[in-house]
Amino acid sequence: MKTLETASGNKILAFLKRAVKNQIFIPLAALLILVLFNLIADPSFFAIKYAPNSAGDMAISGNIITILDNASELAILAIGMTLVTSASGGQDISVGATIAVAGSVVLRVLCGGEVSPDTLHAPIIVAFLACAVVSMLLGAFNGALVAYFKIQPMVATLILFTAGRSIAAWINNNQLPVINDKSFGWFGNFIPGSPLPTPIYIAAICIIIIALVLRFTKLGLFTQAVGINSESSRLNGLNPARIKFMAYVILGLCVAVAGFIKVSRISSINYSVVAKDIEMDAILAVALGGNALSGGKFNMAASIIGAYVIQFLTTTLYKFQVAPTALPAYKAVVVIILVVLSAPVVRNKLKAFRKKLASRRNPVKEAN
Amino acid sequence: MRDENVVLRLEGICKEFPGVKALQNVEFTLRKGEIHALMGENGAGKSTLIKVLTGVYEKDGGDIYMSDNPEPVIIRSTQDAQKAGISTVYQEITLCPNLTVAENMYIGRSKGAFTKWKKMYSQAGKLLESLDIPAKPNQQLGSCSLAVQQMVAIARAVDMDCKVLILDEPTSSLDEQEVEKLFKLMLDLKSRGVGIIFVTHFLDQVYAVCDKITVLRDGKFVGEYNAAELPKVELVSKMLGKDLNKLSDIDKPQQAEQESDGEAPVFEAEGLVSNAGIAPFDFSIKKGEVNGFTGLLGSGRSESVRAIFGADSITGGTVKMNGKAIRIKKPLDAMKHGISYLPEDRKHDGIIGDLSVKDNIILALQVMRGMFRPISKADAAKYADEYIKLLEIKTASPDTPIKSLSGGNQQKVILARWLLANPVYLILDEPTRGIDVGTKLEIQKLVLKLAAEGKSVTFISSEIDEMLNVCSRLIVMRDRKTAGELTGSDLNQSKIMETIAGGEKAHENA
Amino acid sequence: MKFLKNANGRSGRLSDSNLLLVITIAIFVVMYICAMIFIGSGFTKVQTFFNILNENAALIILSCGMSLVMITGGIDISVGAVTALVCMCCAMNLDYGGGNVVTSILIALGIGTAFGLVQGYLIAYLEIQPFIVTLAGMFFAKGMTTIVNATQFNVENEEFQALKEIRVSLPGIGSTNKHGAFVPAYIEIGVIVALLIVAILFVFLKWGKTGRGFYAIGGNSQSANMLGINVKRTKFFAYLMCGVLAGIGGFVYFLHVGSGSPSHASGAEMNAIASSIIGGTMLSGGSGNIIGTLFGVISLSTIKNIVSSLGLDDAWWTNITVAAMICLFLVIQSVVLSRKNKKKA
Repeated sequence: MKTLETASGNKILAFLKRAVKNQIFIPLAALLILVLFNLIADPSFFAIKYAPNSAGDMAISGNIITILDNASELAILAIGMTLVTSASGGQDISVGATIAVAGSVVLRVLCGGEVSPDTLHAPIIVAFLACAVVSMLLGAFNGALVAYFKIQPMVATLILFTAGRSIAAWINNNQLPVINDKSFGWFGNFIPGSPLPTPIYIAAICIIIIALVLRFTKLGLFTQAVGINSESSRLNGLNPARIKFMAYVILGLCVAVAGFIKVSRISSINYSVVAKDIEMDAILAVALGGNALSGGKFNMAASIIGAYVIQFLTTTLYKFQVAPTALPAYKAVVVIILVVLSAPVVRNKLKAFRKKLASRRNPVKEAN
Repeated sequence: MRDENVVLRLEGICKEFPGVKALQNVEFTLRKGEIHALMGENGAGKSTLIKVLTGVYEKDGGDIYMSDNPEPVIIRSTQDAQKAGISTVYQEITLCPNLTVAENMYIGRSKGAFTKWKKMYSQAGKLLESLDIPAKPNQQLGSCSLAVQQMVAIARAVDMDCKVLILDEPTSSLDEQEVEKLFKLMLDLKSRGVGIIFVTHFLDQVYAVCDKITVLRDGKFVGEYNAAELPKVELVSKMLGKDLNKLSDIDKPQQAEQESDGEAPVFEAEGLVSNAGIAPFDFSIKKGEVNGFTGLLGSGRSESVRAIFGADSITGGTVKMNGKAIRIKKPLDAMKHGISYLPEDRKHDGIIGDLSVKDNIILALQVMRGMFRPISKADAAKYADEYIKLLEIKTASPDTPIKSLSGGNQQKVILARWLLANPVYLILDEPTRGIDVGTKLEIQKLVLKLAAEGKSVTFISSEIDEMLNVCSRLIVMRDRKTAGELTGSDLNQSKIMETIAGGEKAHENA
Repeated sequence: MKFLKNANGRSGRLSDSNLLLVITIAIFVVMYICAMIFIGSGFTKVQTFFNILNENAALIILSCGMSLVMITGGIDISVGAVTALVCMCCAMNLDYGGGNVVTSILIALGIGTAFGLVQGYLIAYLEIQPFIVTLAGMFFAKGMTTIVNATQFNVENEEFQALKEIRVSLPGIGSTNKHGAFVPAYIEIGVIVALLIVAILFVFLKWGKTGRGFYAIGGNSQSANMLGINVKRTKFFAYLMCGVLAGIGGFVYFLHVGSGSPSHASGAEMNAIASSIIGGTMLSGGSGNIIGTLFGVISLSTIKNIVSSLGLDDAWWTNITVAAMICLFLVIQSVVLSRKNKKKA
């Protein structure tokens, strides 16, 4: 029995088929599931308010804004982590600790060693530059171990993972400086008069920058080539070690921006708590984006969407009154489901299963 | 019809991949004590058939019968194949380099839960000795040379008392002496009643040792022939499906004539030495010249050209291009001076598997332009289409990942890459390895055309015939140093053999 | 036709695994002797050495499990969290669930086995990357621990207390105390369990078919498949064993601390990985030695002891020195192996 198929129906079907095969489908599907789940459970979840915020300015607020705001650091990290994963086939688990260092450097420069100064000891821009330099140096350290000493990424970054927070505390002599200057807090909260929190803007800028870089340079192609086959890349004139090294330094820069935002949110720092477990979230973002954790091809947009999906998941769970300490358990289950569904083995089995069903419905065998 | 001597029979084997019908109704018969060649061009279905037989792939249709068992054998995994008595030795070393030689020979075979080390070492030692393999049983496999690792793989298969032994391109990494040893082994097994399936591209080897030949073409069975009754030229025509007449060029060695002017050579090296262990060597090549490096396995041919390209660390010597001194410290330097290098091991050093055909083609050119000057999308598409057409690369689209192409087509893509880089000096290391006869001829013709256009080419091949077809000068290497240089009338098989052997009586090929 | 140094006695004699083991033991011995000479006091007492074992019995067991999966080329970062979960569940069972020591042990084994089964299946049969699966496992275990009971409490069950306090004296080894009496050294039960496990695994890895399969898979899993090893089943078994060992290690940890707490064994997985690396097991797979792992744990603990006996600020200096140790070992391993295998520059 032939069903009537329209030309446009065919086109939609073909588009859907191609869309499903595209890598970016995975985080988008996850996003869709979360959105639907929340809509069903609580339709007011997505409500947006336009009302005065704590500082007295008019601001947009709501769960969506909270998600976008809190995901900013993660999205920025996901950018660097994607490049690192692609080029070196491994992950950098020290990003949480190095964010602590970055934040610590900012506080040190701005507070000049005092615990609670009334004025800033240096311009904010200098503080940021200092923290950028330090973070990129730490990135270079990781990069050197991976690229030049050929040590496995997860293992190499284990060093800063272990020592990072201690270094951060040492930078400020184990004290917890507090910045009293209001303008510093703008970067992590609201710039007076802005309807949206600043981290959202910062994240957006970073995303635009990387989009432009990937579009107008061959960073993407070279990184992927090195990640897929380092020796072939070398014989094509690339310098695999340098590209891997660069990826870690870029991640270092991302860490600097993320650390700056984190410290600006509370104008202080807590060395053992700040950015705790963010490395796991960043790696998850890359994986949720459908990128192979073993390196090679990557899709940056998918990773970034993955970061927001993870934050969305976190917020959703809080909404349903999951205790913060129990949160990881729920995240774990969701992540496992997503990863299982996107595993090639599972997809092949599903395909074969669908084929079986289709052939049962059409008992006439096609001639080979 | 059941023949008592039949040890393996394949009927109606079918296998399909998305978009490609790899095998269509293929049949194959192997008898006891028979050495049976399986031949066909790239994409003919040889390796797919082997993978179906060895349980790596599951067939979509057809039956496999063994000995005179009327029931078809089910092979769904490598263990099933082993249990059925089918042993395989692959082209790529499928052993574990971190385990010892002896363990590689016996792992996965014993029924017991415990390893008996002493017994294993002594048995392995005996077997290695009887097969004259230069390896110690307790030595880590990774510390052996590739050729020795291959022989250990064969020793393992030999030891498994198999009914069917499949050798998938076993001689690709072996030199003449090692090939002789392998043949001796095969004849030994033949006399013990083992059926051997020999998959190879080397026509001479097929005629040296095989009883029967089965030809596949485009996934279909063409025919089974007695080796003694099928002339080489006819075999090739069956593989290609082309006319006999057009192939008569292949057997006649073409004397390539090149004129040399009084100009400075395009490339000149003096005392060049790298950390790959070759002795310092001098080398020069003129504009429009085609030269070759030849010699036994391990003689240093690849290492020499890698030194020219800067692929290995250069530890000494000077290099000039067009008379001017230059420094080549890494591949990019060589590329910027107009030198291109097609590596010998395409899977490991050549292709970037997950990237598309198009990206693989433009890669070298893009690297030369640097990260900040991308080749426009339109240009990239144009280049890709040009070369796909020029070299007749069989691919579903320029955006297909290169890893899904057949070996021969992958090789063509790499060749396209280096042609696109527009070199003045092109180095081709085994460009025709693993490629079907028809494409081999095309590549040789292409090399001559490039030379006529004024490019210089260095051509390396294990097949002396090919080198004689295109080279006007041959550098013979032995034991990692230059043994001699042959030109003009010295370019014939026997003189080459003599120079390679160096003073001992060289034996001629069939 | 790559040019590799051909087979000669020297470069083939010591396999990668054994060479790294020798380095590890050598460094440990040197370090301990230096400590004895330069720091003296605590280090010259024999009990100090055995206290290293007492404190780290659980870590030894966890590291052994970690080494197993690392040899196959994988990783299991859930072991620390599983340990905490085991502690909490056993504690609850003893004090609120009306159980006894036997039921606690069964619970411990059950939890470990469950994690091993699920993670092993996902990694071996569904071919999902180990890092992600065990990361999720870690999150899950951490969360579950809190759900079972959010706060720390000490176990009061008497039977358990009795077991916890057992001290096994070592005949003939010991030192004289201030009064001139000979005090024999002692070890806790957990140490006996740990050493037994090390011995069993040593036999398993050297002679057992599945154990050899671990090395094969780690060396080249496609080759291992072609050689007739059931890669999926063998890998599954590695993760199952790691899970079971996490359960056993969890109970041994519980025996040592006597309480349940969400923050127990925090960071233990990283210590297990570090110990394995120091012991010569490479994350890339295919090489590793259970004796090395044992020494890795001992080395790690020795450093911490050296640090604290030097009077340095505990947390800060310990972290830095451990990190530096890992760095040192990685660099040594990388240099030694690349020289040995003569890779291209």
